[in-house]
Amino acid sequence: MIEYALNFAFVCAGLSLLINLWRLSFGPTIADRVLAVDTMAINGIALLVLYGIGRATSMYFEAALLFAMVGFVSTVAYCKFVLRGDIIE
Amino acid sequence: MEFFAELVISVLIVIGGLFTLIGSFGLVKLPHLLMRLHAPTKATTVGVGSILIASMLFFWIEQGTFTIHELLITIFLFLTAPITANLIGKAYLLRHVDPHEELPHTGEKEGWATFDPRHPEEYPKDPGKLPQEEARKTD
Repeated sequence: MIEYALNFAFVCAGLSLLINLWRLSFGPTIADRVLAVDTMAINGIALLVLYGIGRATSMYFEAALLFAMVGFVSTVAYCKFVLRGDIIE
Repeated sequence: MEFFAELVISVLIVIGGLFTLIGSFGLVKLPHLLMRLHAPTKATTVGVGSILIASMLFFWIEQGTFTIHELLITIFLFLTAPITANLIGKAYLLRHVDPHEELPHTGEKEGWATFDPRHPEEYPKDPGKLPQEEARKTD
């Protein structure tokens, strides 16, 4: 039963990544693109955790945690760049 | 008992997948950026949160090891989501919203984006009367 649920969730996460890619490509403003990248990082975390459940190893949690941290830092850095034209002043 | 545990884990995984899809669908469907900021929070909280709870239960029941790594990711996402939303909103306000026409006044020097460019009237007209210049003259 878990396999079917996992397959369903894989399809959902892949579809949402594709939708985010559409928003990233055609987003009318810069803020839209930053938001799309942030959401892509969150969907990537979901995909990594699902893959960890499917493989029954806890090896992917560190990768998911790193994804969360790097996604947050990159979003903040890009927004700071848009706001000030510089990241570390 | 085994069947019940599998049922709970599967339902949590399905809920997580559905909510990640709903969050990304809202990102495409909603018409305005400040509305679009609202949609992916569903994917962050309910989507990733229920998937992480499912993985915690899975490793607890299937392998007998109770870990709280997943809670770490959940807490980190919950802490950082408002900060990113605030910064994206500020970037949008700075770039695409006129602070003097479309927004109410903040009542302070800074605008809503904190780093708004100043209105042309707020710049001093005579650069010779800047306070730094006067201080330099007296030296």
